[in-house]
Amino acid sequence: MNFHIDNLNSFHLDVLKEIANIGAGNAATALSIMVNRPIGMNVPKLKIIYFNEVEDILGGADIPVTGIYLEFNGDIKGTIMFVLDEHSTLNFLTLIFGREDLEINKDLDDMEISALKEVGNILTGSFLTSLSQMTGLTINYSIPAIAMDMAGAILSVPLIEFGQQGDRALFIETNFLGDEKQVRGHLFLIPSIESYTTILQALGVA
Amino acid sequence: MNKTIKVGMADLNIAKSPGVLVTLGLGSCVGIALYDTETQIAGLAHIMLPSNKLIDNNQNPAKFADTATELLINLMIEKGAIRKNLVAKIAGGAQMFSFKNHNNSLLNIGERNVLATKEVLKELNIPLLAEDTGGNFGRTIEVYPRTGMLIVKTINHGIKEI
Repeated sequence: MNFHIDNLNSFHLDVLKEIANIGAGNAATALSIMVNRPIGMNVPKLKIIYFNEVEDILGGADIPVTGIYLEFNGDIKGTIMFVLDEHSTLNFLTLIFGREDLEINKDLDDMEISALKEVGNILTGSFLTSLSQMTGLTINYSIPAIAMDMAGAILSVPLIEFGQQGDRALFIETNFLGDEKQVRGHLFLIPSIESYTTILQALGVA
Repeated sequence: MNKTIKVGMADLNIAKSPGVLVTLGLGSCVGIALYDTETQIAGLAHIMLPSNKLIDNNQNPAKFADTATELLINLMIEKGAIRKNLVAKIAGGAQMFSFKNHNNSLLNIGERNVLATKEVLKELNIPLLAEDTGGNFGRTIEVYPRTGMLIVKTINHGIKEI
């Protein structure tokens, strides 16, 4: 099968949603161990959007967000990015450090940036591990890179990869909750075109 | 009151003064602004990739430096702009993430977008008057058709006019 976002059927979408669900569940568990308190999650949503609708995702193409980005390879290749809005970034840090005094406009120090990277690493790693377990495919991944900047600029990185295949992007929206501090994250899983086919074949649904 | 016309990602549009063209959050993408101050008509494209020649699925001309520039010129001329007056300013083409050792050519896509844009402008004989490109930060830009003024706004790197 020649994979393309435009010809995914509802069955494929259900399979991808199930991967997202299990991946997010494992991610929430891993996160909960890291911060030593319960972390809940909502059922992840699978979304397909046109590039010019990007600003609707995070509330504006020029609002500040945090992006944690890494590459994976092995039986499948691609990139994965976890994006948090500014509010969720601070909520996340509060959950990790148990502090309430973090300010929106304060530049983050090395410790905080490294904590965010670690969170991104755990979340994306849990997703990739779930994907690997479900498909039996080998997946290795890189050390994460982090950037805090305008939503459009951060999202352009995964979107450009989709741009080579069409005009729409496929991504997963997840919500994590801990101690009433809500953290809304968006996970962009971007396998290469050939890798999508490999994943669907490994799951027996190609 | 200036009328603001928004240009999304992989999108383009034109405006006549007092309209103002705006595109938000350019990262590795490049904003290509063309204008003719005599007729006070400007065009802005927010491109994502260098060329449509290597891509199978290329229905959207606004996504590529080459096809977007050509389409922009045609739309501007239709609106009354004079071809020989056209000049350009560009912004964007940043590298948002850096890895120590990577082999993913997409990470330097910003740089490749800028090079491709300059190439296209040269081929089409459109002088590039100013640019604000590269770096590792996002940019929001505004284009004023009356003067060709281009304002670049960033989160941590201030505001400038080119």
